[in-house]
Amino acid sequence: MLFTIQVNNKKIKAEKGETILSALNRNGIKIPTLCRMKDFSPTGACRMCVVEVEGRDRLVTACSQPVEEWMKIKTHSPRVITARKTIVELLLSNHPDDCLYCDKKLNCELQRLAEELNIRERRIKARKIKPRLDQSSPAIVRELSKCILCGRCVRVCEEVVTANSLDFIRKGSLTHVGPAMDRDFNFSSCIHCGQCVMMCPTGALHEKHNIAEVQDFLNNTEIVKVIQYSPLVASGIAEELGIRFNRDFDRILNSMLRRIGFDKVFLTGTGTDICIYELAEQLGRNIEKGDVKPLYISACPAWVKFAEQFIPGILTNLSTIKSPQQITGVLIKTLIADQAGIKPEKIFSVSATPCMAMKFEARRDGMMRKGISDVDSVMTVRELARLIRLYGIDVSNIEPEPADEPMAGRSSAASLAEVSGGMAEAVIRTTHFLKYGIEPDKQLMKRLRTGGSFREITVMFEGKEVSVAVIDSLTGLAKLKALVDAGKHYDLIEVMTCPGGCINGAGLPFSFSGSDRKNRVKMIYQADEVDAVNLPCKSPLLNNLYNKFINENKEIADKKIFHTHFEKRNVLL
Amino acid sequence: MNTEIDSILKKYKPGRRDELIPLMQEIQDVNGHLSEEAIVKIGNYIGLSTTKIYGLATFYDQFRFIPAGKIRVTVCNGTSCFLNGSKAVINAIRELTGLQPGQTARDGIFSYEIVTCMGGCNNGPVISINDEYYPYVKPEQIPELLNKLKFIIEND
Ligand code: SF4
Ligand code: SF4
Ligand code: FES
Ligand code: FES
Repeated sequence: MLFTIQVNNKKIKAEKGETILSALNRNGIKIPTLCRMKDFSPTGACRMCVVEVEGRDRLVTACSQPVEEWMKIKTHSPRVITARKTIVELLLSNHPDDCLYCDKKLNCELQRLAEELNIRERRIKARKIKPRLDQSSPAIVRELSKCILCGRCVRVCEEVVTANSLDFIRKGSLTHVGPAMDRDFNFSSCIHCGQCVMMCPTGALHEKHNIAEVQDFLNNTEIVKVIQYSPLVASGIAEELGIRFNRDFDRILNSMLRRIGFDKVFLTGTGTDICIYELAEQLGRNIEKGDVKPLYISACPAWVKFAEQFIPGILTNLSTIKSPQQITGVLIKTLIADQAGIKPEKIFSVSATPCMAMKFEARRDGMMRKGISDVDSVMTVRELARLIRLYGIDVSNIEPEPADEPMAGRSSAASLAEVSGGMAEAVIRTTHFLKYGIEPDKQLMKRLRTGGSFREITVMFEGKEVSVAVIDSLTGLAKLKALVDAGKHYDLIEVMTCPGGCINGAGLPFSFSGSDRKNRVKMIYQADEVDAVNLPCKSPLLNNLYNKFINENKEIADKKIFHTHFEKRNVLL
Repeated sequence: MNTEIDSILKKYKPGRRDELIPLMQEIQDVNGHLSEEAIVKIGNYIGLSTTKIYGLATFYDQFRFIPAGKIRVTVCNGTSCFLNGSKAVINAIRELTGLQPGQTARDGIFSYEIVTCMGGCNNGPVISINDEYYPYVKPEQIPELLNKLKFIIEND
């Protein structure tokens, strides 16, 4: 039901049941918010969004109060502005003046609020919070003195990630946010997904940077510098550099990376193709044997850590096939090293990815061979963009170049795999194609793409039902468990931690908006429609890689290098 | 200690969170503190993450997470004691020991915590040392008091 309310002496239409904030926003009136998170229930904790409602003594928090028909609202009266300003001034009063060096500079919400509210001097003086830096995690750095206690990280970790790794500790001036027993982060149940980093308005949470390390190696002439990047990286870089993204941008990125000093540039997408292909073969074997064990895809490293901690019972069903990054990584250290006649220890191998948890994955136990890591350094898209800017590469003046053989291409399915449901879709399509020479029904496949955090389909294989489940963010696991407990069987299960898949990965630019992401997903689906090589098994490049390189190389022909292992983890849950 | 926690847990309903505070109180009364082990067990029993239990417990002054010292001082910082100058007493202890409330000295001898009201509001500031109450405490008395107790413990 629509009704009229009055805002700043003008009539606007509001809808019964919506909050004041949503009515304002729909009518193009902007007010600042801080603790509010889109798609979360409001808490009204920070009071940044206050407005004046005629007839009410106290200012009202617009993010949590429902609109009512009689309301006369002032959104920018002197009283409201003073209130908002005071909140920000209080937040700034004990905040470290570290902005020039801060990881969040140019993206900080606190800074933006201070600017929007025209704060020009430090009116409220308070003792600065004592610095406390936690760098123990392989992926995420916590700078507690920069925390403004908005609670967004606590909520996303509980309500979206379901890891419950953060909470408020103590009270009053001693309040801070941290993991169980106030330990360092690496002892906690954190699965390194980085969703909290994306939520944090300040520099209190950010990724662990590897730029300095990478630079050091770039300057080292005795080392061969190699980089791989995954399909979403190019669009992320385009966004960060403020260039319109098109399909050719991959090839521009290749030349930029070479100009920075990388000797070889490979596509993680080739590794994705291998990953899909190996999984499809495994699934095909399971179906043939009538195996009732489900096959859980293990390509999302945050999900893998989650399983190791919270549901170790399924580990025997977790596919041992490495993630695309690690497959590409191990091929660089074996095949490429062999080809070029260099020792693997003379290669420095970097991976650029939209994922935060891959920083952790690269350091896992089962991700090295003879003491040599598959991947040496993992950078987020944001870090790579910094590196590119640091080297002053002028994008407008650059010729597109192909990536390096034999990992220079990918099927459109490899891009699909970075969107939730895409990996499962690619695997089942490949399995079907390998068996029948045609793909399963397109409309059926599309049902894996959208529709809540739990999605499923059944595909027929010679009269046998093969069930596929997609868990889109870990909240979907509850539904899976309920169904499995009730006796339902699944043959293939894809789980991705970030909602929507890697497209919402914590390594992508902060400026990547919801509509940017949607557009990108649309492009990925469109490409899959028109691409001739829409599955790894149709890729001449991949065939060549398998037949000419992998199968011919007796050290890796058994494909053991593509496998890893998982084990139960003991952390405080 | 293990079995003690287990037998206390049995008195409460599994999966229920509404009795968390009394449950933690009871375990602390028996064990003297809430150990990591206790928090993990509580979490498993009532189905709540250790992060949340720890976060909640730290909100209350009464819980401690490391064993108390041999000299266990409790300082009242309730309204009445506060008005009578408990802050100065707390500062004196903090300066003398270099410890924060809830911490225990490395040698395990001394620890202190702050509570809100010990029921002796007319005689504030009130502190208790190993459950013995001292009324009308002045900051100047703290060094002597602590030295005496330390002497007794060391020569025990
Ligand atoms: S990285 Fe993910 S799991 Fe870790 S604290 Fe942040 S939101 Fe929670
Ligand atoms: S760490 Fe960041 S997101 Fe979490 S409470 Fe502090 S300011 Fe908010
Ligand atoms: S944004 Fe409304 S109270 Fe925080
Ligand atoms: S306020 Fe200290 S005893 Fe009551």
